Amino acid sequence: MANDNRPLSPFHHYKPQLTSLLSFAHRLSGIALSVSAAGLVYWLVLLADGPQALESLEILATVPGQIVLAGVTLAFFYHLNNGIRHLFWDMGMGFEIGRTYLTGWLVLAATLLMWIAFWAAVTDLPGGLP
Amino acid sequence: MVQLTLPANSKVRKGETHTAADAVGDVRRLLVYRYDPDKQDNPRMDSYEVDMDSCGPMVLDALIKIKNEIDPSLSFRRSCREGICGSCAMNIDGTNDLACMRAIDDVKGDIKVYPLPHLPVIKDLVPDMSNFYAQYALIKPWLQSSTPPPPDRERLQSKEDQEKIDEPAACILCACCSTACPSYWWNDERFLGPATLLQAYRWLVDSRDEATGERLDQLEDPFRLYRCHTIMNCTNTCPKGLNPARAIAEIKKMMLERQH
Repeated sequence: MANDNRPLSPFHHYKPQLTSLLSFAHRLSGIALSVSAAGLVYWLVLLADGPQALESLEILATVPGQIVLAGVTLAFFYHLNNGIRHLFWDMGMGFEIGRTYLTGWLVLAATLLMWIAFWAAVTDLPGGLP
Repeated sequence: MVQLTLPANSKVRKGETHTAADAVGDVRRLLVYRYDPDKQDNPRMDSYEVDMDSCGPMVLDALIKIKNEIDPSLSFRRSCREGICGSCAMNIDGTNDLACMRAIDDVKGDIKVYPLPHLPVIKDLVPDMSNFYAQYALIKPWLQSSTPPPPDRERLQSKEDQEKIDEPAACILCACCSTACPSYWWNDERFLGPATLLQAYRWLVDSRDEATGERLDQLEDPFRLYRCHTIMNCTNTCPKGLNPARAIAEIKKMMLERQH
């Protein structure tokens, strides 16, 4: 009956929707946060080791280090905001198509604002980043 | 196993071009996925120019015109041509829809027509939906009740109880939603997909059905229900304007509520 030689119909061309892109980004940011959680633990271990060990963290002050930190914090704020969106869905709220787009844009706007505010605050700290 | 790329035998090649040389009016070009099981070739995209002055307004009209006048070997499913049978579900301009309900004028540029995504193709736009139907059968989509009906009348429902099943019962099982769902692409044999879960919900909330516990037991599984991550492609693409994503969320809530 089943013909094993049948081709699989294409699916990569499926048009991305705002909702599907945000879902994909939620997964990606979750992975990024899981990986960076290991980095956070490493940082805590260094803290226990005393000030000289912290010098190895100078790498975070380099341009690639700053880009990684910018990315991780962006992932954090996005995952946080979209996670709250998921909590509403878990309560059965906000499933109308118009609502999913509205909350999607709200999550993006809130993420951007929090991210900018966070880095503005960090940069202003005494002895903080340049 | 998760299939992120198309297997070698499924890669789509460029196909034949059919031009409408004698057309005088508005001409639209359709790019149509073709696969002939009698040949050893890969699938291909054939191009057809259709004279809109002698063609109906919908994508299905253009496909029928191509089959009648240009290329009788083109295969696709169709029946009612008014959005109630679900036969002509296919991927049009990147999203799933019923060909009979999608106006050609609503598509800009070339009209790309593929079979429903991530299914084995029998021929051209005709996919094998055995797995989809087997999953639908699995949830026992019929009334299960041990209480006999009243001897002199039907099983009655209140207006409110009827309204709970109005929307999910309007599903025509065209599979647009399930085949739009990335979770269903990656786990099509273990995740039941939005269409089947919408129907599971339809029987779960039916006030006359007495198998609610067994139905929930059947869905209590890491894959069958919980592979839904609220991606929303299902609800975005449903040609009947239904909301499978919300139905799945309601089933998840019922799972939680029965634990307390």
